[in-house]
Amino acid sequence: MNRLILPLFALVALVVSSIGAEVVAQDHGHTEHADHIEGAEHDHTDHNEAAEQDHSGHADEVAGGDQDHSDHAGHEHVEQTDHTEHDHADHADHDHTDHAEHADFKAGEFIIHHIADAHDIHLFGEVHIPLPVILYIEGHGLKVFMSSALEGHGHGDRHYQSTEGVHYTMHAEDVLGDSGEAIAAAGSISANADGQELSVWDVSITKSVFGMLLILSIMIWVFGSIASQYKKNPGSAPKGMANALEPLILFIRDEIAKPSIGAKADKFMPFLLTSFFFIFFCNLLGLVPFIGGFNITGTIGVTVVLATLVFLLTNLNGNKHYWGHIMWPPGVPLPVKFILVPIEVFGIIMKPAVLMIRLTANISAGHIIILAFSSLIFIFGNGGESIGAGAGMGVFSTLFMIFMYALELLVAFLQAFVFTLLAAIYFGDATHEPAHH
Amino acid sequence: MGALLTPAFGTVFWASIAFLVVLMLLRRFAWGPILQALSDREETIASALDEAKKVRQEMADLADSNESQLKEARAERDRMLREAREMVDKMISDAKGKAREEADKEVASAKEAIVLERKSAIAELKAEVGTLSLEIAERLLRDKLQSSDEQEALVNRLIDESPLN
Repeated sequence: MNRLILPLFALVALVVSSIGAEVVAQDHGHTEHADHIEGAEHDHTDHNEAAEQDHSGHADEVAGGDQDHSDHAGHEHVEQTDHTEHDHADHADHDHTDHAEHADFKAGEFIIHHIADAHDIHLFGEVHIPLPVILYIEGHGLKVFMSSALEGHGHGDRHYQSTEGVHYTMHAEDVLGDSGEAIAAAGSISANADGQELSVWDVSITKSVFGMLLILSIMIWVFGSIASQYKKNPGSAPKGMANALEPLILFIRDEIAKPSIGAKADKFMPFLLTSFFFIFFCNLLGLVPFIGGFNITGTIGVTVVLATLVFLLTNLNGNKHYWGHIMWPPGVPLPVKFILVPIEVFGIIMKPAVLMIRLTANISAGHIIILAFSSLIFIFGNGGESIGAGAGMGVFSTLFMIFMYALELLVAFLQAFVFTLLAAIYFGDATHEPAHH
Repeated sequence: MGALLTPAFGTVFWASIAFLVVLMLLRRFAWGPILQALSDREETIASALDEAKKVRQEMADLADSNESQLKEARAERDRMLREAREMVDKMISDAKGKAREEADKEVASAKEAIVLERKSAIAELKAEVGTLSLEIAERLLRDKLQSSDEQEALVNRLIDESPLN
């Protein structure tokens, strides 16, 4: 037990300190940020137009939050003024609003920033790994640039002016229209040229996409090498990686697929195995500190694909018995059928949707709790003013985070297991041959 | 918050492509061979266990038959020993019987020979005695019948004595 706890404690302590460094860097980042803008020279000329546009855009934005306003005002103001003034104005502006902010460290924003998908991997402080931004812009074709081309980090919108005259804006906040509907989500990229908003299809390699591709390539490598090992030594005892993963493969086959699906289990085994290991490995990657806090299975875009595949596999394989139970439930009086059928039809979509929501929510919740406990340290630390309280809270939070990390390791497996099990049960329902009619 | 709850087009796009491609690749190159290998191995193990059971049964059977063979052999040996002893006994008793018979036969023939000897001896003796008696009688008669009276007397007496009527 001791051998397990010590590294875990060290791990959590390191996470806390790294997050701490990040927060501090963010606080001081404002001043650094000012020095960062080197490409501002060309920024300027082009920004004029954009700024004008921004103006109109932001002016409409009523529900954008109160202190945002001052931020935006600062930015726009700066864009219209001189380069050097930019720094000053920005700085001054921030100082002005920061007084209020300083007292209440915004844990919500901090947490959402960490669990949301992003266009770069934020390691710590000002260190980001840029990822490729791939946009298909109607009328302009495919545009690819690194996310590092977008100026600034974590301070309002980020901009990039391409040489072709397209201006890209990555939104810091959800941008809402007149009637409060979302125009652009936080982190989304919009493009305009000559004052005209362009229609953008964003197929960037985001943090979650990158993590997903990483996990999928690891899976190909791991299971490919296991397969070749089995092929080379047929019938021999498993070694190394095969030995580690074989119990899981057998577990899915013997405890999930066969009891839930029965005779047709073999047909669904590739999907069940792939989704189980994909979810499990993604969940584990999300628990690794210092690599930007991947939240792949907490990204709804990933889970919606998994759920859609479950939906398709269930309904495309549905037999007469399955559809009969949905469209004309046997054994109930006629009036009840009229109530049951809509419920059953709704259930076709609801079942996979629940899978999606459960997975996303559980994994995000785990990340949120751990981040919330680290946030507590900085809330109690009061921006460095009450170090004693911060340190005290740090001890408490660290202990709690150890517990949460252990729990999250369990959840990482459990959610992969639950998703696979329920998918298998749905497949079983769809392919089950009637025995009782 | 919108970014958290709205599936982003790019993520869905990449997730669909990447997941499906990996699913197909793994199905073809990993899950197929792995599951095949696992079920093959399970069959191998099951058949090996069956075989071991069979072999154990065979071994037990063999041991049983060995035991019975040994028992049989022992019985056979005992029987042979007994038979040999019996035969020896029989031979000895046979030999004894034959010897006694032979001896009896010898004795009997000896007795017979003795009887025959005696008989012939007696006959010889009788013949001897007869000749001797005849000689004696001859001699006596010669002596006695020297005179004719005496011869007459005798003839008379003999005539008297003979039952002629």
